[in-house]
Amino acid sequence: MPHYAGAVPLLTEPTLPLDRVTDVVSTDASLRRFLHGLPGVDQVGAEARAAMLSTRSIKTAAKQFAIDLAISIIDLTTLEGQDTPGKVRTLCAKAQRPDPSDASVPAVAAVCVYPDLVAVAKAATGPSGVKVASVATAFPSGRASRAVKLADTADAVAAGADEIDMVIDRGAFLVGRYRAVLEDIVAVKQACGTARLKVILEVGELATYDNVRRASWLAMLAGADFIKTSTGKVQPAATLPVTQVMLEAVRDFRAATGRMVGVKPAGGIRTAKDAIRHLVLVNETAGEEWLDPRWFRIGASTLLNDLLMQRQRMTTGRYAGPDYFTVD
Amino acid sequence: MKFEYAPAPESRAIVDIKSSYGLFVGGEFVDPVDGHRFKTVNPATEEVLAEVSAAGPRDVDAAVQAARGAYTRTWQRMRGAERAKYLYRIARIMQERARELAVLESIDNGKPIRESRDVDVPLAAAHFFYYAGWADKLGYALSGREPRPLGVAGQVIPWNFPLLMLAWKVAPALAAGNTVVLKPAETTPLSALLFAEICQQADLPPGVVNIITGAGDTGRALVEHDGVDKVAFTGSTEVGKQIARSVAGSGKKVTLELGGKAANVVFDDAPIDQAVEGIVDGIFFNQGHVCCAGSRLLVQESVAEDVLSRLKYRLTTLRVGDPLDKNTDVGAINSAAQLERIRELSAVGEAEGAQRWSPPCELPERGYWFPPTVFTGVSQAHRIAREEIFGPVLSVLTFRTPAEAVDKANNSPYGLSAGVWTDKGSRILWMAQRLRAGVVWANTFNRFDPGSPFGGYQESGYGREGGRHGLEAYLQ
Amino acid sequence: MSDVTPRLAVQKTYKLYIGGRFPRSESGRSYQVSDATGRFLANAAMASRKDVRDAVVAARKAGPAWSGASAYNRGQVLYRVAEVLEGRRGQFVDEVVAAEGLSVGTATSLVAAVVDRWVWYAGWADKLAQVVGSSNPVAGPYFDFTVPEPTGVVGVVAPQSSSLLGLVSVLAPVIVTGNTAVLLASERRPLPAISLAEVLATSDVPAGVVNVLTGRTAELTPWLAAHMDVNALDLCGLTDTALAHAAEEAAADNLKRVLRPSTADPDGRAEPDWSAEPGLERMTAFIEHKTVWHPVGI
Repeated sequence: MPHYAGAVPLLTEPTLPLDRVTDVVSTDASLRRFLHGLPGVDQVGAEARAAMLSTRSIKTAAKQFAIDLAISIIDLTTLEGQDTPGKVRTLCAKAQRPDPSDASVPAVAAVCVYPDLVAVAKAATGPSGVKVASVATAFPSGRASRAVKLADTADAVAAGADEIDMVIDRGAFLVGRYRAVLEDIVAVKQACGTARLKVILEVGELATYDNVRRASWLAMLAGADFIKTSTGKVQPAATLPVTQVMLEAVRDFRAATGRMVGVKPAGGIRTAKDAIRHLVLVNETAGEEWLDPRWFRIGASTLLNDLLMQRQRMTTGRYAGPDYFTVD
Repeated sequence: MKFEYAPAPESRAIVDIKSSYGLFVGGEFVDPVDGHRFKTVNPATEEVLAEVSAAGPRDVDAAVQAARGAYTRTWQRMRGAERAKYLYRIARIMQERARELAVLESIDNGKPIRESRDVDVPLAAAHFFYYAGWADKLGYALSGREPRPLGVAGQVIPWNFPLLMLAWKVAPALAAGNTVVLKPAETTPLSALLFAEICQQADLPPGVVNIITGAGDTGRALVEHDGVDKVAFTGSTEVGKQIARSVAGSGKKVTLELGGKAANVVFDDAPIDQAVEGIVDGIFFNQGHVCCAGSRLLVQESVAEDVLSRLKYRLTTLRVGDPLDKNTDVGAINSAAQLERIRELSAVGEAEGAQRWSPPCELPERGYWFPPTVFTGVSQAHRIAREEIFGPVLSVLTFRTPAEAVDKANNSPYGLSAGVWTDKGSRILWMAQRLRAGVVWANTFNRFDPGSPFGGYQESGYGREGGRHGLEAYLQ
Repeated sequence: MSDVTPRLAVQKTYKLYIGGRFPRSESGRSYQVSDATGRFLANAAMASRKDVRDAVVAARKAGPAWSGASAYNRGQVLYRVAEVLEGRRGQFVDEVVAAEGLSVGTATSLVAAVVDRWVWYAGWADKLAQVVGSSNPVAGPYFDFTVPEPTGVVGVVAPQSSSLLGLVSVLAPVIVTGNTAVLLASERRPLPAISLAEVLATSDVPAGVVNVLTGRTAELTPWLAAHMDVNALDLCGLTDTALAHAAEEAAADNLKRVLRPSTADPDGRAEPDWSAEPGLERMTAFIEHKTVWHPVGI
């Protein structure tokens, strides 16, 4: 029988050490050269791979594991003009104790709110371990001056946000002003202090997977802790192939630089089945190290109840009904 | 966190395997007159599945007579539109019984249920749909010629895609107005016998399709039978040559779809993640039991290390095991004999100095198994770079320039398929023009469609299957 | 003073045509060719297996440039052949009269048909792909098309009876699609084939695209049929069934594509009706269909 060389890391030596990153990002031209030197993404092949992985059949113990994991990586989100302190407090309660009738259900990873409600969320979550994330930088369009974006960020951080979800300047990206996009991110990252920074690419406006890959690398080179697909306000948002392209990016970025970056698909993941498909994608693309709330999140609101219903189906053996779960 | 997938086996309950099968001749299952019985086993477990009949010369003769009778009395005279409806009917029944066909195929062949369910069976049904539509449009198929069927077609198919190869053979033959005697491979007769039941269910006139099981002797008797007007064979180049010799001077029309040693050429500007998927799909799809498998990876030297490291990483995620598990990517080797050949050629690869690598994977104790294997440091002179292994074994070679890639890719007596991976459009077409292969997959691999002609150059055989071209092979 | 000695005719030496040159057989052999009445016409070179070998090398060498030329260009070159043929009609009439024993009138219209046949095939160069190629509507996001390509080096056993019309009717369809040819001329009527070679040599057909051998069909065919660098055979002129059978068997060693002799007559002696419009068969017998797939995406 064959000799096994053992599992193989993607690359043994970092090819892009941090001192080289400085060179890469130094000018628009060097950034452009680097980003356009990344391998292309063939749309049909990428979608075929994602479709194949979505046929994985996750049953019994694997499904139980996946459901609990999915709950624990949710960024439970409310981002509406009509949000109020009351709505946010309810959300925080649900985040800590998703199913009041079953204490074995894990808490979600974080709640995600607008900056002006961070203080309310922070008070409501207390020492539970559930993080408070805030969108910032003139979310969702990002069409504001850098000063405004930084003020927006500083405001959320001052109110106690553990995590900041910023948006990139898609206009600048699409016309090739990569330095401008990068500088925004660098500045916001600085304003974050110890808060972790998620950089929203708004893939629905980037139009191609090539752009998604370049924007992912751009965000990571700028210091993003997470790359996030979407604001949830633009369609298409989180699709399996888009998440896959971003997972390939964090995998390759780690191999090249040694630094690990998280991925957050958000927008459009509504069912337990969708969530589990994303977990399969993580497992078989970036690898199991990313199966952790620290490195993978799903931004969602209605997903949680479907996960709870599926979970109850698995524990009781009968199908659950929506009336038995809280609406928010 | 470790995410282990629990076993997700497809239920076997849907298939009803009989303890023994006769030959399907003249619309009935009959016992062999001068044949014998042999056993077919599940290659994943070595469990005996059923006893099957091996047709002797008199059985072959009876089948050819039945086909001849059906040809002259019924099928050739029937209006094309009526023949079409029979084929549509068969296609529909295949779709209705798709799960059953898929499970049976995986049990008898060893291929993953994901592939039999998502590729083999749907494509087989699609072939019947496609050719059904031709049956009443034959006048448009040939340029400047009045189409006439050939008569009785003797068809011999391999074990790698038993039902799909049956569809490739039977659908165009019937659409064109021929009747057939088909011999499935010795190790995978069961889906063809289920297809015989489908013909009964469709009320296909007796004798239009005859299925005789058996080994090489049966196939030879069929191909050499005087009553056969057309020979269609898919299998090894060695047997293909024997057939070409045996029909010499007979006037029989022949199509041969034979072996290959396809080059999958990856340039430095390729869409790398999709290229890696294409490499995996190219050689590990169906355990590498694919005549058009991309068994030679030709990778540009400037990216060779990167591509190999990505490939190896990807191979660690391949799931090898129970063919009926819905999450299995690589199933069982079809037979002990094939396993032996793969082992032997792999040993030669090592002995000749190539470096052998397989991802860590536990193989089941019983059954015929071989891990996905990659050989690096392979040169053109190595046997593993020249001979068809027909298993999950990839030989990796490198090149520096496009011209060198073409030279190396074409440096083979075969010419069935080739792959090209690059983001540069003009280079794709430049390569596609120069690769001596019947199918060129650019930025994809192992795609099949009933409307797309398939077949080889040189020693990979002659004639085309699929599309209008495939129909031409059954018309004079 | 006047010279009353009648002028002595200059006799033509008929040689082989290999790689654009006109060598004698490497074997040094020749054989006598007579006209239809049995009168001596000329000596023809009697090619050997080594001449077959050299002709295959020449044909292989010429392949890439000829098949790589644009179809338009091949069409132009072949049309040029017809132009040169037209100018030499008189010579070919004489040769056909001598070879086949036809009346001058019949031979004249036959040679006209030869030129017209050549023009007919020349016109196919840039049209066949449109007739036999296809764009294939597959069930997926792929652009999928099929194009004809030349098979490679084709060995042609030219018809034994029809020394010129039959000859061009088997040669033109082989080369118009981009193949190169090694042609065994009619054994008893080889002279028009060599004259045709002289036309080819002076009308832009690249050296090696057509190679013409004269000699014993039964001696040369087995070498051609067994040659592992020949991709296809047209056995049209094999009147001997046993020889044809053996050639087809030998061809199986590297799976040559074989166009069998006509079997209309039980002795296999029937030649096709060369006066009829040919159809595509002799072209499609020596092409390969290549299917190319590419994803469609952004």
